[in-house]
Amino acid sequence: MQRRSLMKAALTAATLTAFGATAAFAENPVLKIGFVGVTSGPAAAWGISNQRSMEARANWINETGGYTIGDTTYDIEIVSFDDQKDPKRAIAGMEKMAQEGIHYVVGPNVDDGAAAVRPVAEANGIMYFPYAFPKSLYQAPASNAVLGMVANYQSGPAIYKYLMEEKGVKTVAFIAANESDPLSQRDGGVEAATTLGMEVVSSNVTYQVDTTDFTPVLTPIMRTRPDLLVLSGVSPANAPQLIRSARELGFEGVISTETAQDAGVLAEGAGDLANGFISVGGASTPELASPMMNEFVQRYTDMFGEYNDESNTKVYALEYILETLKADPSAITDVDAFQTTMDTFEAPNPYMNGDAKLRYVGMSSFGQKRQVAVPLVVNVYQDGQFETLFVAEVD
Amino acid sequence: MEQILANGVYLGSQYAMIALGLTLIFALMNVLNFAHGQMYVIGGFVTYTFYGQWGVPFVLALVMSCVTLAILGALIERYLFAPVIKGSAREESTMLLAAGIAFFLDALILIVFGEKQRGVPKIVDGVFNYDFRLIMPYDRILICILAILSIVAFIGLMQYTKTGRALRALAQDRTAAQLMGVNVDRYSMIGFALGAMLAGLVGGLLVTITGVNLGMGGPTSIKAFMMVMIGGAGVISGAIWGGIILGFMEAFGLAYLAQYGDITYLLIFISLMIFLAIRPQGLMGKPWG
Repeated sequence: MQRRSLMKAALTAATLTAFGATAAFAENPVLKIGFVGVTSGPAAAWGISNQRSMEARANWINETGGYTIGDTTYDIEIVSFDDQKDPKRAIAGMEKMAQEGIHYVVGPNVDDGAAAVRPVAEANGIMYFPYAFPKSLYQAPASNAVLGMVANYQSGPAIYKYLMEEKGVKTVAFIAANESDPLSQRDGGVEAATTLGMEVVSSNVTYQVDTTDFTPVLTPIMRTRPDLLVLSGVSPANAPQLIRSARELGFEGVISTETAQDAGVLAEGAGDLANGFISVGGASTPELASPMMNEFVQRYTDMFGEYNDESNTKVYALEYILETLKADPSAITDVDAFQTTMDTFEAPNPYMNGDAKLRYVGMSSFGQKRQVAVPLVVNVYQDGQFETLFVAEVD
Repeated sequence: MEQILANGVYLGSQYAMIALGLTLIFALMNVLNFAHGQMYVIGGFVTYTFYGQWGVPFVLALVMSCVTLAILGALIERYLFAPVIKGSAREESTMLLAAGIAFFLDALILIVFGEKQRGVPKIVDGVFNYDFRLIMPYDRILICILAILSIVAFIGLMQYTKTGRALRALAQDRTAAQLMGVNVDRYSMIGFALGAMLAGLVGGLLVTITGVNLGMGGPTSIKAFMMVMIGGAGVISGAIWGGIILGFMEAFGLAYLAQYGDITYLLIFISLMIFLAIRPQGLMGKPWG
């Protein structure tokens, strides 16, 4: 009898909870935003930081009553798809977004995936925000892709110029994984360094993406004794091992990359050997982060147990989508309206101190505004955390 | 040249250890354990948690990796592989099961340990530098020695203990071993646990050098299969030779071919295809299996 009563009570509670949850969720209409990116395998950290940034922000919005666009307040739902860094899967992911009637998608994370989904996105009226650098994605006649971060051909020259002027760097060596993204970033870096007058002493050493021991890979580069070692397009998983191997082989010059990294991963994987390592971040350092950024970090940490510094950049894409839709509510189902709004859109940047703005840029690089204005914050790693080296803007 | 040889010895010893567990399981049960790389990764994460996070002495953390993987291996054999092997005569059933376990473990690793690359404090500081002709951090030298000692200990176990003899008998002829009084079910479980434990041991050792992340499992399995193919599937000495050969090929290739781009593995794969076309059973394997 007691057991039966207990079961009845449990069933009633479960029914009420489910009903209550549905009722709460059904208070506002739902606006679905997609994510197609890599959340498994060696590069999982890139996509997972994307996905979790979106989920943390969406959860925050829903918890505080929803997001008002025009006369309607929406709950935000993130629909995610793991493309496993495979272009075929990325296409399947974008098709799934189209089937669900989603018009705004964050991702993919890599060049070939972003290029592969372009026909699907343009045919189905989907604006997508890749973290991939090929200019053809953002130059006309391409219309629906918006670069979600600062490209290496924008950050690289700024970093090299700074190092030439401030550190007297004259020679540079590049190393890249044998994949499309790192290789194209390496080529862009070589071109930028050559244009600036640096001597490129090594640029053809590459490594398998699943390499775990970099000492044999780096040995030929160390013989060229460069002032600067650039880890082109390096993933957060490989960066600490490369830094550690280079330092252990006696390299005393500067090491840099144009991708975002995580201070905790560097601390664990390379320790003090990572001191002085230069990378690109978002509104990451204490002097730049606004109270809203700090709250985002706290909520992300509460939700997932640990923050990822890459989310300092990844936090922006969803905010841009929502703020642009707020500026023109008709764009919810009409990406042409979204594209028109992009040309004049401007809103306060809630994640940075000061008067920074959310706006679309890219005229210099792409001839049209197809890039979010994420601050180009160049960081240097020191004793377990990033410090701001300099801040620049992308036009 | 000194540096290349040292790199070859270091890579070869760690690769041989990775391949040992895989070939042991194949020899005993005729199972291609696609989840071997994931077991290696779990071993790394266990050492990371005990040594890197909780400050437990490294040796104890290493023991915890071995124990955890041995238990996991035993459970997988008893409750997953054994019923499938008994219930299905088709070899692809165990292959599908192994692939399923690999995917499951990948998902489990993501949930439990997260997506980030993890690393632990160095177990020994300092770098051995012989006139810039041979540079080797002391922790790599130590790990290399520990790997070689582990291989020697494993060979000793297989050659000179009752368990080792039973496992070898099982590998040679399962029916004959059973007729001679070997408890096949029990020793299959022990063998699988031992293979998984080796994966855990090498994962725990190498987390001090390479760190660990959830994406390492698949590529590690592929490399382990390559070594086993070179040496001969199911042959312990073959796995060791396969690991050493692959390690040296990689060390020489990266040293001499780097200027031509990333063609080292291209040439390794071409060599492997030609080699297997000539000798499909591998270096030490028998043509009849």
